[in-house]
Amino acid sequence: MTDTSATVSRPTYLAARGQLRTWFLTTDHKRVAWLYLVTITVFFFLGGAAATVMRVELATADGDLVSSDSYNKLFTLHGIIMVWFFLVPSIPATLGNFLMPLMIGAKDVAFPKLNLLSWYVYAVGGLFVFFCLIVGGVDTGWTFYTPYSTMYSNTYVVAAAAGVFVVGFSSILTGINFIVTAHRLRAPGMTWTRLPLFVWANYATALVMVLATPVLSISLLLIMLERVLGIGIFDPELGGDPLLFQHLFWFYSHPAVYIMILPGMGVVSELITCFARRRIFGYTYIAASSLAIAVFGFLVWGHHMFTSGQSIYASMIFSLLSYFVAIPSAVKVFNWTATLWKGSIVFKTPMLYALGFVGLFMLGGLTGLMLAALAVDVHVHDTYFIVAHFHYIMVGGMVTAYLGGIHFWWPKITGRMYPEGWGKFAAILIFVGFNLTFFPQFLLGYMGMPRRYHSYPAEFEFLHVMSSAGSLTLAAGYLLPLFYLTWSLRYGKQAGDNPWDAAGLEWQTTSPPPTHNFHQIPVVTQEAYHYPVPARGPDHD
Amino acid sequence: MNQILPFPAQASSTAGQVDLLFLVILGVCTVTALGVIFAMVYFGVKYRRNSNADRGDRLNKRQHFWIEMVWFLGPIPIFLGFFVWASALYVEIYSTPPDALEVRAIGKQWMWKFQHPEGQREINTLHLPVNRPVQLTLRSQDVIHSFYVPAFRIKRDVLPGAYNRVSFTPNRVGEYKLLCTEYCGTAHSRMRGRVVVLSQADYQQWLGMRGANPSPPAAGAALFRAYGCSGCHFGASQIRAPSLVGLYGKPVPLASGETVIADEAYLRDSILLPQKHIVAGYKPRMPSFRGQMDEGDILDIIAYIKSLEDGEGAYKGYVDRPGGDRQYRDWDGAARSQLNPERNYPPRPTPGTDPTVDPGVDP
Repeated sequence: MTDTSATVSRPTYLAARGQLRTWFLTTDHKRVAWLYLVTITVFFFLGGAAATVMRVELATADGDLVSSDSYNKLFTLHGIIMVWFFLVPSIPATLGNFLMPLMIGAKDVAFPKLNLLSWYVYAVGGLFVFFCLIVGGVDTGWTFYTPYSTMYSNTYVVAAAAGVFVVGFSSILTGINFIVTAHRLRAPGMTWTRLPLFVWANYATALVMVLATPVLSISLLLIMLERVLGIGIFDPELGGDPLLFQHLFWFYSHPAVYIMILPGMGVVSELITCFARRRIFGYTYIAASSLAIAVFGFLVWGHHMFTSGQSIYASMIFSLLSYFVAIPSAVKVFNWTATLWKGSIVFKTPMLYALGFVGLFMLGGLTGLMLAALAVDVHVHDTYFIVAHFHYIMVGGMVTAYLGGIHFWWPKITGRMYPEGWGKFAAILIFVGFNLTFFPQFLLGYMGMPRRYHSYPAEFEFLHVMSSAGSLTLAAGYLLPLFYLTWSLRYGKQAGDNPWDAAGLEWQTTSPPPTHNFHQIPVVTQEAYHYPVPARGPDHD
Repeated sequence: MNQILPFPAQASSTAGQVDLLFLVILGVCTVTALGVIFAMVYFGVKYRRNSNADRGDRLNKRQHFWIEMVWFLGPIPIFLGFFVWASALYVEIYSTPPDALEVRAIGKQWMWKFQHPEGQREINTLHLPVNRPVQLTLRSQDVIHSFYVPAFRIKRDVLPGAYNRVSFTPNRVGEYKLLCTEYCGTAHSRMRGRVVVLSQADYQQWLGMRGANPSPPAAGAALFRAYGCSGCHFGASQIRAPSLVGLYGKPVPLASGETVIADEAYLRDSILLPQKHIVAGYKPRMPSFRGQMDEGDILDIIAYIKSLEDGEGAYKGYVDRPGGDRQYRDWDGAARSQLNPERNYPPRPTPGTDPTVDPGVDP
């Protein structure tokens, strides 16, 4: 690498666009973020299309639009794509990749080539999924429960499991990169207590990625071996245990819930402070909550198995620990709300997304308290109540935060502004569409509507129609940013280096940043979120 | 209450308690959510940019610490309350009430089969008497299913590898939906049935109309002969195989030196996977019946074995006593204690070796 002082005259990282080779062989974290951004957007709309077809099917009680087998393949495709090809990489691999080095004052991530490799690994995993889709799909549900997946499904389970197996390595590589980057590449003066909370959240996420994903890899490898060779790990006829798979699967997949939500929490901390123009309320507590969630998230997997036949005492322990893991999330919600207190609030599009996140995430979390209550879970487990609960976290939470972050950092990433009016309209449309889609599902669930049903008893039809109407609204809301953000790449007005007057280091460099991020290595002398403090009285928080 | 909230009918003794618990948690959550939303709106309006609100006098460190402690520690007693209440109810739902009506349910792609204690069988419909505790023993013939009756607020996964149980007491006459809630393949959404709760008198009448089937132990006895089990496990031929009289629920010493309790899972394994547990002193001669018996046959045979009681409740064969002595228990259950095991009986088999001395010879 050359002397950074020479970068003053260098073009932005986007220069030489048009030459595809410079994109596919890049080691610049900002360009890798773009590679991810484009691919996960493709997957997001593919998974979303599957969901839309399902919701249209469910508008009537009879299964009349697609066959049962097709419906089963649709929800499996939706789950596999949305979890592993959108939600898990969403914020870390796009915004995280772009912003981690910028926020800590580094030139790149610790292992730039590994970063590019992780995208290629992700793309290869994606090819497996496309292959699986083209040859006929898979119908096990994203959870791959045995013995259905290993002995009874007549679909392409091995191809799908192989795709997820491969994409797991991409998570692990990203995780390793983030951990080392946070430890080794912080600029002079960027102490741990001055790190932006977005970096803390991605750091906690990276720990979970590195520690949990190998368990998923092993479980999927066992599924493939059992299906192809009949090794008998999960087959009771051979002395195996199908519940063993559920334990292995959720040992990854519950922590994975936190892989999917922690980065969103990080984004929201940045957005709320910027648009309330105020130091975050309870920096230490929010940062510590991220780590507490990462640790406790490993200890609650059994709450997916309260009706499975695991021991009653195991269920009680998992129930208690599930209540404990709710506390750090609650602490975050209260601190974000308190950050508005005595702020100077302006409601730009990213702030609408951030406030929407707090509300929707809170509803998702509070309904989690009902699910952690053992006897209530017995009634609503595997019903639409669960479906609504995790969509409030994953879609109402994570996707909302992701879109908020994309809008907030769009001027930094592209150098141009998105159209504010369209932005606000889409944010409100998404909020309304989301609630219309998923709130009726709480009611359906308590009434006893099971999930993964292609046809259903007629008494549930009215709420299903509401939900389907909401899903079309939501789909329109998600398509809008696709169009106006693409439009703004060429026609958006020039943003300037710091259009929000925001405090983070990423705003101190030019927009879009130069290849090596900073014209001079920054020296940090202040805590994060050093917005103006009031003139009189105590000013701690 | 059911008119206001979209609750399914409450038709079991625990349904009302589950709803009450749910409503209490819902109430606490609603208050919390409204509080946060109110704060967000209030702050959003009052502290909007360019408003004249006073922004001085923020918290000092000490005040801040105590606020954090309030919302860190405040939820804990509330959560503990939820936890204790919900756990107590959960234990009730998944434990065995005394004097329960024992009904068997077998799930298979994509239907439910039931069998009543007096032998009546039905498919996709389950008739039950009102106000009598019921215990279902659940088993799957293929993939995992889940037995769900929303009106009873109960659900239990139906596994191919283990017997699961669930108990409830229907307390309202009527007809209720039965749904499969674990995804099980193509026709998962059509794996539905109904539970018909009858008055005691109607249930007796219904049983009478259906009374032609043999009870599970009687059916099991016939199967026991038909499959040839009796050739080795009965009467004088016990030399080759352990007797099964009084076996159920007792500890069984194994060739490996371990001891297992002869419960349903053990009996089932011994039929399908006879090499898994070799009883101490016997050769691994038994063939597997895997693929030959369906889950219903296996349950019948287990019911028959359970019915084979003997006077002392003792298992015939070698029993390890505390202190390392081995004791032989006879067909009639009389323990012939104080015999010297070194003189009369084969040496304790070591794992991996075939016992060479026929253990069945009566000293």
